[in-house]
Amino acid sequence: MTWDEMAPLLWEGTWQTAVMVGWAAVFTVLLGLPLGVALVVFDRGGLRPLPVFKSALGLIVNVGRSLPFIVLMIAIIPFTRLVVGTTIGTAAVVVPLTVGAVPFFARLVETALREVDRDVVQAAQAMGAGRAAIVWKVLLPEALPGIVAGVTVTVVALIGYSAMAGTIGGGGLGDLAVRYGYQRFETVLMIVTVVLLIVIVQIMQSLGDVLARRLSHK
Amino acid sequence: MIQVSGLRKLYGDTVALDGVDLHVREGEIYGVVGQSGAGKSTLLRCVNLLERPAAGTVTVAGQDLTALRGRELNRARQRIGMIHQHFALLSSRTVAGNVSFPLEVMGVPRAERRRRVGELLDLVGLGGRGGDHPHQLSGGQKQRVGIARALAGNPAVLLSDEATSALDPGTTQSILALLKRLNTELGLTILLITHEMDVVKTICDSAAIMAGGRIEESGPIAGLIRTPGSRLTREIFPLPDPAPAGSVTLTFTGDPRQALVSEVVRKFDVDVSILGGSIEELAGGSVGRLRVALAGEEVPSALAYLRERGLLVETS
Repeated sequence: MTWDEMAPLLWEGTWQTAVMVGWAAVFTVLLGLPLGVALVVFDRGGLRPLPVFKSALGLIVNVGRSLPFIVLMIAIIPFTRLVVGTTIGTAAVVVPLTVGAVPFFARLVETALREVDRDVVQAAQAMGAGRAAIVWKVLLPEALPGIVAGVTVTVVALIGYSAMAGTIGGGGLGDLAVRYGYQRFETVLMIVTVVLLIVIVQIMQSLGDVLARRLSHK
Repeated sequence: MIQVSGLRKLYGDTVALDGVDLHVREGEIYGVVGQSGAGKSTLLRCVNLLERPAAGTVTVAGQDLTALRGRELNRARQRIGMIHQHFALLSSRTVAGNVSFPLEVMGVPRAERRRRVGELLDLVGLGGRGGDHPHQLSGGQKQRVGIARALAGNPAVLLSDEATSALDPGTTQSILALLKRLNTELGLTILLITHEMDVVKTICDSAAIMAGGRIEESGPIAGLIRTPGSRLTREIFPLPDPAPAGSVTLTFTGDPRQALVSEVVRKFDVDVSILGGSIEELAGGSVGRLRVALAGEEVPSALAYLRERGLLVETS
């Protein structure tokens, strides 16, 4: 296989991966952030203790995290069909990617929020701040560097999950490596894909680290 | 200004507060001292209802806080400033942002906030540092930010939770001087808890000693000093304890240069040997404490004379 033959394939695969991971990351943050906040706020000793509700949320999160992504992807096919109307293709992969990453990200958000100094939260309460003000003005801004680090880890994990998207016709770099590199013995393409994945993950991680460091004023 | 009565607080089976009464008058600096675990921190946190007491009432500026909940309690808290041992500043915000926080909570408009933040930073001697982040400041400067933040809502009362315990001695003195200045200039009533006797000595008008969830002694310091056997007096003036048998401990206020000992020796047929002593500058004036041994025929009349001169005479 020549470079000219490989280039369009690589471009297409990278683009598909970017689309899948990008959309999945957006939806993961939109859903996982409130879930993570809920795990902290409703906990025993939290701002609004509802231990039973919190345990139920925790259970759902744990169930989500126990399933290997490839199993989850197949298991929720009916749900995927309900949401995007199809079960194959790039759009259809975004649904299982999101469902798989939300519990993971929510736990990372939870951990980041728990790192916020209790003294600071109590100081805010002593100043007469209500629960909403404490979440928006104290917990989230103080935990932001940790949350950004969590987004980075999640994006890297999503890149990994997305490699399995080929199974349901999602395409992407992982699918490319399997179809050409493995099934057609195109070793060069396999190596290029692997290098490309490593480079992408490195770039994502570095961007995340720089951003987290910039936001941190400790 | 602050009236606490019959306060009880339990943590499981542990009694943290066992019927505490406390009265802080308007415009005074009131210090609560005691060892860790004595319940002083719990007491302070009950005053702004960060901890809800199991029984008893807390009245601040005429308002019964224990009767309030939710939004009403939050509004009342905005009129009570609090400063913390480890400053409790938001690391995500600048100095100005931290001072602005309580104003945002109160719904003060942006322009008004900016003006007020500038004023407050000038007041605590941090004018021009508004753009810095807390990690760029020293401990003393961080506490100044904490004080500016606590004053944002024009509180009638300031609660201080070991505010100088994490600071070095020099910085402690400058923060205490600032608190004293705010007390005088703004008429701010301050209730502070501390384990440092120096704090009480330097700025407090009144004090209470806590142990085991109870207040052992309380009142204006000038009065406590005249109370025989006062624990607070013993803590402020660390004379060797216990006093040797036959010795006399004299506590006197006013001009420390009174020639009391030579006067007594001249007037009566007694010999005086000095065993120990110290003179301390308290907020209300200087106080001396002298431990002496007297010998001679006229010891009883010499002691009677000293009592007559207004000294507290404790024999042991």
